[in-house]
Amino acid sequence: MSGAQPILQVSGLSKRFGGFVALADIELEVKAGERLGLIGPNGSGKSTLVNCLCGTLRNESGTVRFQGQPMDGLAAHQRTRLGMARSFQLPRPFGTLTLAENLRIPLLYAVQTRDSMPEAAIDKRCMDLLRMVGLHEKATRLPKDLTQIEMRKLELARAMAAEPKLLIADESMAGLSNQEVDDILALLVKLNEEQGITIILIEHIMRAVLSFSQRLVVLVAGRKIADGDPRDVVRQDDVVAAYLGS
Amino acid sequence: MKNPLFILWLIVAAALTFGLARLVDNAYFYFAGYVVLQYIVLSTAWNILGGYTGYVNFGIPAFIAVGAYSTVVLHKTTSLPLVAMIAIGGALSALLGVGTGYLTLRLRGTFFSIATLAMAVVMQTLVTNWDFVGGSRGAYIIRPATVQYLGINYIEYLFLIMLGLSIFAVATARAIEKSRLGFGFATIRDDELAAEASGVPTLKLKLIACGLSGGFMGMAGSPLPYYVTYLDPASTFSLSYAVNTIAMPLIGGTSSWLGPILGAILLGTLQQVATVTISSAVSLLIVGVLLVFFVIVAPKGILGWFQK
Repeated sequence: MSGAQPILQVSGLSKRFGGFVALADIELEVKAGERLGLIGPNGSGKSTLVNCLCGTLRNESGTVRFQGQPMDGLAAHQRTRLGMARSFQLPRPFGTLTLAENLRIPLLYAVQTRDSMPEAAIDKRCMDLLRMVGLHEKATRLPKDLTQIEMRKLELARAMAAEPKLLIADESMAGLSNQEVDDILALLVKLNEEQGITIILIEHIMRAVLSFSQRLVVLVAGRKIADGDPRDVVRQDDVVAAYLGS
Repeated sequence: MKNPLFILWLIVAAALTFGLARLVDNAYFYFAGYVVLQYIVLSTAWNILGGYTGYVNFGIPAFIAVGAYSTVVLHKTTSLPLVAMIAIGGALSALLGVGTGYLTLRLRGTFFSIATLAMAVVMQTLVTNWDFVGGSRGAYIIRPATVQYLGINYIEYLFLIMLGLSIFAVATARAIEKSRLGFGFATIRDDELAAEASGVPTLKLKLIACGLSGGFMGMAGSPLPYYVTYLDPASTFSLSYAVNTIAMPLIGGTSSWLGPILGAILLGTLQQVATVTISSAVSLLIVGVLLVFFVIVAPKGILGWFQK
């Protein structure tokens, strides 16, 4: 493949839980600025892969390279500081902090470790991020006052607050209506096109994945079975078999 | 309110308290007041770990004992002033805090609490078998009658020291609360996984919280031998220290520096009054009844009434 340098390189990555092989020998390359879709049936190892990429879980073998640098032994917070951010499948807001304070955390702990930011700039950035996802009127509210879609938007805004180069969105649209899915999709595409952020989207909603992704990777039972143009990938026999049964 | 201004207010409040004590002019007031102040330090210290980061520590007596027994050792071997002994006791106790944190950092919730409880039992066994500090027989400390350079009784001096420690502890807790560190602690309490994903070094912050919390508890325990003049393992490791220290922030409210103070003053004073007027056994009953009452009626403590 030509063009941009890979921002993420995964080679030979394996993860097992006891005797269960969750991921086997995963090879993956993501180019800077790319929009990658990652799909697979339930239990195929998508979230485990995200956890291994982000340092939440330790992989037994293989390496993850981010911007050419090996991530071995780096804790999750160190990877976030380097520019890798994620949103969680089930939103995990900081329940006792207001929305603005929720976004303040990555600014204080990820962005400020790279370059200093005056207090006023932090406040402004929090509000800008909230405005981006349309939650600015609820800045002083607590997460428990939010609806499901607002919660997911907060989750994305918090990941964005860390000013990532690579954003991994783990099922940020599950359970949302069509309109809401479109809202989130538009937001993600905007982030990718305007700020050049590389995005890996993990999703079950085919319509969303197909309209978003420039490339599609399919995981089945911990193995990568397809990688390529979304239109071609979904026609592959083994992908169809994995989803519909042969 | 800016931190320096807040400290000024604390000093004014402390001066008023000491002035009131002089006005009452009854030695017992100092004895009772010392205990209340000691609990302000202890519950504020506990709240840094328990309230801010959400890690419930039951091993409070172990930290008090490190402070108290380091004073016993220093008293027997050196002629350091009490303030220096407090600094050393606090430092040793902070080390114990960091060590405990490091060994138990994989444990969450109840498991962490049980580990700290076990740590207290281990410490008690060690002290009970340590002959130099009196073992199970206990240690006698003969305290001076007066403090020459201040021209006051020794108990007044101890009261004053504890007043100073309270200012130190409360000012620190408040400074942390709305700082970068305080926000970090809050994310650990709310969701450790999300905290890591937001760039918060949770392990490091937990160790800082353990160290600060343990350090202040040790400082609160350091003057204890001079206060009781006879220190034995059974009463130093008394469960009532742990129960009171945890009950006070819970009753006052764990979300802010004010909660532990409210709880300590309310519960500490009630206990002192009950000890004198009824019996010392009743004071423990009061804790139990109040705790049950607050868990049912006001789970967020007194502060919770004033918050939405």
